[in-house]
Amino acid sequence: MYRSMIILLVLMGSATAWGLKAPVDFEAADTPNDAGTSVTLTWARDADAPAGAVYQVMVATDSNGPFYPAGEVSAAGSPMSEDPAAFGFWSDHDDRQYVHVEEFTRPGEDPTKLETDRPYYFRLEARLGEESVASGAAVEARAMENFFNWAKLNNFILAISFSAIILIYISIARRRELYIRRIAGLEALNEALGRATEMGKPVLFIHGLYGMDQPSTIAAVNILGRVAQRTAEYDTALRVANYDPVVLAVSQEVVKESYLEAGRPDAYSENNVFLAATEQFSYAATLQGMMVRERPATNIMMGYFFAESLLLAETGTTIGAIQIAGTDSYTQLPFFVTTCDYTLMGEELYAASAYLARESRLLGSLKGQDIGKAVLIAVLLLGTALASLDIPFLARMFSSY
Amino acid sequence: MLFLRRTLPMILAFVTGIIGISIYYVPHSSAQGLEEVLARWLRIVYAFAFFLGLFSLLNLHWRRVRARQAGWGYSLIVYLSFGLMIFFVLYNDGTGPFSPQARAGGYQWLFLNVQVPCGATMFSILAFFISSAAYRTFRARTPEAAILLVAAVIVMLGRVPVGAYIHDFFPAAAQWLMDVPNMAAKRGILLGVSLGIVATSLRIIFGIERSYLGGGEE
Repeated sequence: MYRSMIILLVLMGSATAWGLKAPVDFEAADTPNDAGTSVTLTWARDADAPAGAVYQVMVATDSNGPFYPAGEVSAAGSPMSEDPAAFGFWSDHDDRQYVHVEEFTRPGEDPTKLETDRPYYFRLEARLGEESVASGAAVEARAMENFFNWAKLNNFILAISFSAIILIYISIARRRELYIRRIAGLEALNEALGRATEMGKPVLFIHGLYGMDQPSTIAAVNILGRVAQRTAEYDTALRVANYDPVVLAVSQEVVKESYLEAGRPDAYSENNVFLAATEQFSYAATLQGMMVRERPATNIMMGYFFAESLLLAETGTTIGAIQIAGTDSYTQLPFFVTTCDYTLMGEELYAASAYLARESRLLGSLKGQDIGKAVLIAVLLLGTALASLDIPFLARMFSSY
Repeated sequence: MLFLRRTLPMILAFVTGIIGISIYYVPHSSAQGLEEVLARWLRIVYAFAFFLGLFSLLNLHWRRVRARQAGWGYSLIVYLSFGLMIFFVLYNDGTGPFSPQARAGGYQWLFLNVQVPCGATMFSILAFFISSAAYRTFRARTPEAAILLVAAVIVMLGRVPVGAYIHDFFPAAAQWLMDVPNMAAKRGILLGVSLGIVATSLRIIFGIERSYLGGGEE
């Protein structure tokens, strides 16, 4: 009787051991590309792991323990190929599993974050119900701070390459004249300002809704500098409507300096560069009222706009103002194209200031921008062709993380 | 004087520009800490700039009232609304200005019953503006306008239940138009914008673009 029970228990134990294997090739290392907040564990995937099996991660601050739980991973999931930012695109990544450990939990306490540059000891246990099989000896690893995010290396190389192209063309532009394609909206700017001068009516410059930390607002402020210089030369009234107090302060300085540059500091009035409102539809209502009452001859709308774009542009149309808009907000572009006389689309907003200046170095940067775009189009076509042939090399090179 | 007006802002633009770019690639905690400090500085600058904005707003409307410009009555409403809001914010439903913002009281009432409906009204006016703009655009005078008209009709029909009721073609065609030609145009614009941002940033960082200093070139 006892003998048969012992044989049965041995058989049951053997059955568990056959289904659940201890994790093999278990490794622990600092997680790359982070601020020293986590450690990454990897191990060979067990293709024969029974359904429902999990890997329990255990952490200790001493090699002898005690070990505390730090997370659980399904034996069927989390292959390293899921996280190319950390592991790259290597063919064997489907054969290994991973987990990033950032914290562990002591009994009865809140989770504790891993400390930077402190040794931790990791163990991995394969579990299925009450059964568990642990990896061998605990593996030591430290979470270290990294100085470069290697996952962004492709972005870095691209940024350096495009910057180099632009700087090279700036240098070329100093030596010889470059052909720059005509931008109708900017060609019309002088005409629009001249019209306001002839009619004796003001020019209304309307900023978008973004703050000074956004590139579209910086581009709009650059354009404002050029416009203010011309209005100062033509002795035309310029009103600048702002949505953001910081943009207001910058715009006041820019217009003031432009009037100074044009030799007309007396013509500058701080009251003409004003805060219209700091709420979207209040801003639209204020400017609509202003357009209807003051009837500016020219409306210039530059920056990032939202739903107020059509309210402003359509009101401008009804008062017969010549309107030039520029935005990189592709959702609002159709409204501006529909209602304005000229629209600067996307990149043209960023090219405007350089185009208006007609200064060789600035025009060189525009040429560099166009060359960069041509390179991107070529890469897109090549990448599409290669991806269609199931060669994902180029597509992976341009993946962003 | 030239140093303060030209050279110093250009040095600041260069240094902060390079730091801003570097932070993006450096995950080290010192870089992240610097980013937080810069964000805090920005918030402080915003707080002070808000006073400038407030002064500008009140000054604008005060000049209108004083000069009895057309629509000066609206400027009086600005002052009245501003005074009322300030009063209720300070009163704070009887708890005073140094307590946390009350969840009830005059300020909340004015916001929910005046500010929000006024904003919603302005937003709803957009429907009429879209109609008039669409009418002008969809007059098929040129081949481009005709293509736009056809595409718009398909998308509009595809996005409402009656389109699917007329024919299954409309929802499928509308989705294709949004996913393929529309998406391609969107991405094309975004590529150009990204390059434009890189070029503008470089021009400012290296002091080639100086219009933000007043437009003059050396």
